[in-house]
Amino acid sequence: MTVEWLLPLIWAAIIGSAVALYVILDGFDLGIGMLFPFAQDDDERDQMMASIAPFWDGNETWLVMGGVGLLVAFPLAYAIVMPALYLPVIVMLLALVFRGVAFEFREIGRNKALWNVAFAGGSTLAGFAQGVILGGLIQGIAIKDGGYAGGTFDWATPFAFVCGLGVSAGYALLGATWLTMKTEGPVAERARSHAVGLFYAVLAFMAVVSLWTPLEFPRIRERWFSLPNFLFLWPVPLLTALLAFAGWRSLRRDGDTVPFITTIGLFLLGFLGLVISSFPYLVPPSLTIWQAAGAPASQTFMLAGTVVLLPLILGYTAYVYWLFRGKIGPGEGYHH
Amino acid sequence: MDFDPVLLARLQFAFTIAFHIIFPSFTIGLSAYIATLHVTAWLTGRDHFLRIARFWTKIFAVSFGMGVVSGVVLSYQLGTNWSRFSSVAGNIVGPLAGYEVLSAFFLEASFLAILLFGGKRVPRWLHVLSAVLVALGTAMSAFWIISANSWMHTPTGHEMRDGVAIPIDWWTIVFNPSFPYRLAHMLNASYLTAGFVVLAVSCRYLLNGDHVEESKTMLRMAVGLLVVLAPLQIWLGDEHGLNTLEHQPIKIAAMEAHWDGSKPGDFHIIAWPDEKAEKNLFELSIPHGASLILTHDWNGLFKGLKDVPPADRPPVLTVFYAFRIMIAIGFFMPAAVLLGAFLWWRGKLFETRWYLWSMAQTWWMGFVAVIAGWVVTESGRQPWIVQGILRTADATSPVIGPVIAVTFALFIVVYGIIFSAGIYFINRLIARGMESGDAEEPAMSLGGALAAAGKSTGDRR
Repeated sequence: MTVEWLLPLIWAAIIGSAVALYVILDGFDLGIGMLFPFAQDDDERDQMMASIAPFWDGNETWLVMGGVGLLVAFPLAYAIVMPALYLPVIVMLLALVFRGVAFEFREIGRNKALWNVAFAGGSTLAGFAQGVILGGLIQGIAIKDGGYAGGTFDWATPFAFVCGLGVSAGYALLGATWLTMKTEGPVAERARSHAVGLFYAVLAFMAVVSLWTPLEFPRIRERWFSLPNFLFLWPVPLLTALLAFAGWRSLRRDGDTVPFITTIGLFLLGFLGLVISSFPYLVPPSLTIWQAAGAPASQTFMLAGTVVLLPLILGYTAYVYWLFRGKIGPGEGYHH
Repeated sequence: MDFDPVLLARLQFAFTIAFHIIFPSFTIGLSAYIATLHVTAWLTGRDHFLRIARFWTKIFAVSFGMGVVSGVVLSYQLGTNWSRFSSVAGNIVGPLAGYEVLSAFFLEASFLAILLFGGKRVPRWLHVLSAVLVALGTAMSAFWIISANSWMHTPTGHEMRDGVAIPIDWWTIVFNPSFPYRLAHMLNASYLTAGFVVLAVSCRYLLNGDHVEESKTMLRMAVGLLVVLAPLQIWLGDEHGLNTLEHQPIKIAAMEAHWDGSKPGDFHIIAWPDEKAEKNLFELSIPHGASLILTHDWNGLFKGLKDVPPADRPPVLTVFYAFRIMIAIGFFMPAAVLLGAFLWWRGKLFETRWYLWSMAQTWWMGFVAVIAGWVVTESGRQPWIVQGILRTADATSPVIGPVIAVTFALFIVVYGIIFSAGIYFINRLIARGMESGDAEEPAMSLGGALAAAGKSTGDRR
């Protein structure tokens, strides 16, 4: 077991965790943007926004962490993925600009409607673009001589489009279950009914992707359905089904917290499934985490800081979530 | 029209980064000011410091939000626009940016939430500490990103293996030769930028007779700080320039439009450098001025542009004029605040209306000087993206010109809308003014604060 073998594994785990955290945390606040058009009036929208106002900035920082982490530990992958997925990445960034500024501008501007549209549109587009990016990565990227070798629109496939819809549905579900947990009154009730429908949609998308990937990509079929792999891997879909049932039942029985927690569980299992499908490839179908790894001196230097700072970050992030705990009622914000 | 991908990638990146730097250069200074106000209010128990802090915190929140969203863009543009740079320099620049995220971004995000929304939920000391940590976070952020940028100007502590920069000594990389100078110059620039905004706003209020007590405090604080920092900046800039002369002499030659290194350099107050003819078509100069500044010797020699082939020269006109804009502002600033300090000493600062009026117009100066300064240092490094290691033309991504052109157009449209709205909103918050009455709360929710701000405006009308 050499350092050159171990370091990329550790970094893959760190970046994977950062991406998973990002997807869950920014997922629910992007999802709330997607549900914005269904609110009845600006008071309800204020309430929805108040439920995420203290958190969104920290949530989005995990996206920077993911991108920069990739540059630190796997510069080659960063240098290949960004040009390959150029358009969806740029669209995602621009969409995030719109929805990010909407938090402040909605409050100050006279024209709330304009920034409602910016928030809802930006959140929806960003979520969709992230799904397309995910799809683009799963389906594989053409590489030659350590650089991207494909065209401008290689990513634009029906599969990536379906992934975009799937991630959007997932984020909307996270948003709906967050509102169920964090708000009171009509907003919470409407979120609960949305969550039920979104639950079905998310399960459907998970099923579609789970069938599509092994059918279209032999390497993924091999990973899941060859022996002895299948003997170890069958609990993943089973757990997913059990968790989905638990979440659905809790939604029906007026559970507040369980639906959000189970949705997180669904995301984590889905993420685990994708990792199983692609590992050890960071950029399928040809670049492994070891081939993409940066200099060990860089990975070590960064790891030293990460070991110290990441627990601190998790600590004060958790503190902020704890500080702003409890439900937000109609007309409430984090007022004095 | 020919879509040159290198030129387009540069234009797009220059556009997004120039928009971005406006906000950090303001918020680094402003967060330090807000932290100072919170600490002062806590120690003295005087509420009007808190009212000032709350007012600037609203403006900080808007500016910081725009800094965040435009900064997220940059963390991905290194890959979308400069993927070959990422391959070659990623092992060095990556960890420095990584430390910025870990030591600064998360800190700012979490403690800004407490600063903005937590006033009623946390003890006073933690609220004050949050203001301090936000300020610390912005300065940490500057530390790491300036270190990464400085390494691109003066790369040390690495070796090249198969065309890739591999780190050897991190201490030498982080504290590369130009880093201390650039960091001091930039941090001070941020404090000057925010200082002049506070100065201008306090003068504007005093002229209108609004928030008189608070405005007098703000004006005193601004003049008191700037009278030290503005002259200091000239010294820091000079030191930075001498450092650049040592490591990037051709950048200095472009800043001074100095073509012939075998003769002493004049300081050109204005000139029109002609890159084809390799001379200045017109110049108004102080003889031997540049030699005197740079070598402290009347006949001192320093490298001229003609000492290197044309392919290794930066765009002279851009660097030359950006430098002149920066130093014009750099000399105006201390003159203006020294005058203010003199009036203060004579006890006439708050009554001298022409002075208040003039200073109320100066809010933009720091921003322009910061952008001009970055144009000098970044354009002055061309044609290199990493000095001596990688040329900008070899650093781009395999993305075709038309695609970059389209996304560039999108950036212009989106940033045009978003940032003009942002500046309009900041202006509006300033026009609304401070909350009247006592600062009964240490902090406010954003929604609550703005509602209250709206109410107080309503009361006054």
